[in-house]
Amino acid sequence: MNTQQWLEWLRSTGLQISVAVFVLGLAYRMLHLLLLGRKPNLAEARGSAWRGGLRTMWHRSLPLGKQTSRGYLILGAGYIFHLGFFIALLFLSQHIALFRAALGLSWPALPPVWITMAAVLALAAMVALLVQRMIDPVKRLLTDYQDYLTWTLTFLPLLTGLLLKQSGGANYQLMLVLHIASVELLLLAIPFTKLAHMVTTFSARWYNGAIAGYKGTQA
Amino acid sequence: MNEHDTLGDRLAQQGISRRAFLKFCAALATMMALPPGAAQAFAETLAKAKRPSVIWLSFQECTGCTESLTRSHTPTLENLIFDMISLDYHHTLQAASGFGAEKSREDAMKEFYGKYLLLVDGSIPLKDDGIYSTIAGRTNLDLLQKAAKGAAAIIAVGSCASFGGLPNAKPNPTGAVAVSDIIKDKPIINISGCPPIPAVITGVLAHYLTFCELPALDELGRPTAFYGETIHDRCYRRPFYEQGKFAKTFDDEGARNGWCLFELGCKGPTTHNACATTKWNGGTSFPIESGHGCLGCSEPHFWDAGSFYTPLSAPSASVSTVAIGAAAAGAAAAVAISALDRAKKRRAQQGHEKLTVKDL
Repeated sequence: MNTQQWLEWLRSTGLQISVAVFVLGLAYRMLHLLLLGRKPNLAEARGSAWRGGLRTMWHRSLPLGKQTSRGYLILGAGYIFHLGFFIALLFLSQHIALFRAALGLSWPALPPVWITMAAVLALAAMVALLVQRMIDPVKRLLTDYQDYLTWTLTFLPLLTGLLLKQSGGANYQLMLVLHIASVELLLLAIPFTKLAHMVTTFSARWYNGAIAGYKGTQA
Repeated sequence: MNEHDTLGDRLAQQGISRRAFLKFCAALATMMALPPGAAQAFAETLAKAKRPSVIWLSFQECTGCTESLTRSHTPTLENLIFDMISLDYHHTLQAASGFGAEKSREDAMKEFYGKYLLLVDGSIPLKDDGIYSTIAGRTNLDLLQKAAKGAAAIIAVGSCASFGGLPNAKPNPTGAVAVSDIIKDKPIINISGCPPIPAVITGVLAHYLTFCELPALDELGRPTAFYGETIHDRCYRRPFYEQGKFAKTFDDEGARNGWCLFELGCKGPTTHNACATTKWNGGTSFPIESGHGCLGCSEPHFWDAGSFYTPLSAPSASVSTVAIGAAAAGAAAAVAISALDRAKKRRAQQGHEKLTVKDL
């Protein structure tokens, strides 16, 4: 297959396969977790489980309080990466064109220079986190191959996207193929790795918050 | 007049001055990005060149390629092509018909064996022994194989001859293929496009006549002088792409301001051709200049690359149906496996035997 044929395959069958695995995998994982259920708590409620759950979901998304004990680098780089990643994903006009075609929804785009800055910052944050992971003895001990795999799979779409934005000539087609391929690999990997935290992290926070909320305390 | 006089003689007979001829050569050399000396080489060699015999075979095609060549606006560059070559066989352009026409092809094939240029437009059907396109009772496959044997080189004109084109689009009912899928032992140059730019055909022929070899080709067999850059690279709307200014519909403010047509499905970034520089209709404009995105017609399988109006960044097949199906399948799997888990848990609870004092 030449580059043109790869592009066509990735824009149709390849995307369908990766979206199917991504959605099926995450739907299965989330619903299976929820259906595990919990034993009914027979104690009298001292507060609202709902309010506690929602509060913790929201509160743990903010850079507040105890989270600083994990270190400013993780906190700062973690936020910069996530924000940069989602700005680049959701506000580049070519990506919005994709969402419009797939979901029928669209929203205003940000100027390309913002997207470039967001992607560069996200990449820098990822490199900083990787270096820290390799230097810190405790983290190095806790790290296994999956951490490096997920790091690489997340890094590649950002890197190829950035290169695509700067590309011309024959490189454009090649970079477009590499960019779409890297995104599809990421989609394929998400349900099977800790990248599934994109949905499970919120249900985990919900459970913690709801249990504490029922007892009338804060998670 | 002898059909195979030199080009110089022929031009002199027609009253074309040496100055006009030099201008033509300079234009060719410039177009193909050759060094300045090449114009002189073109002029000297072409003037002395014996006009080579050219056999033009038309297979599964729409005659658009011939129309492109003959309907070019200014009768300078492209008309000169007919002075440079001796076109011994061409369905649309020859006066002869029937047995006479076929005889002239066979005569040329015999007389100039090993020397003639073979131009092909249209794809070749292979299914059911190639019966879907025949000329004088012979299949295209047979005609091509016989004519290719004695050809010095083959020029595939248009996307059908180069890559299969429209007849090759899914589901390809006639089993159409490109020239290069059949002929493997001759130099083949692909001049793709639907239709190709006339000046590209002229340029390639002039190059062949002057240097006696085909110009540098890309991995798809196209001359890099014309197909080395993308439409996007040379597009005058490129600054709007860089600024993120896109027309969203064909009649919005962006479209009126001449913004980038990427989101309206322009395939310029992945299409290699010279439209943005050479332009069409005597240099008047090219599709993007008239407000429509590039279709990508000089790339292989462009008919099957999704809608012409789907942006390159968007899927060319439906993903929402797949996603809904996958979500339902995932949910069903979760429910089924949870039910099995619960049944297992229940069985374990039922089978649980409590320790008694006796056991101890």
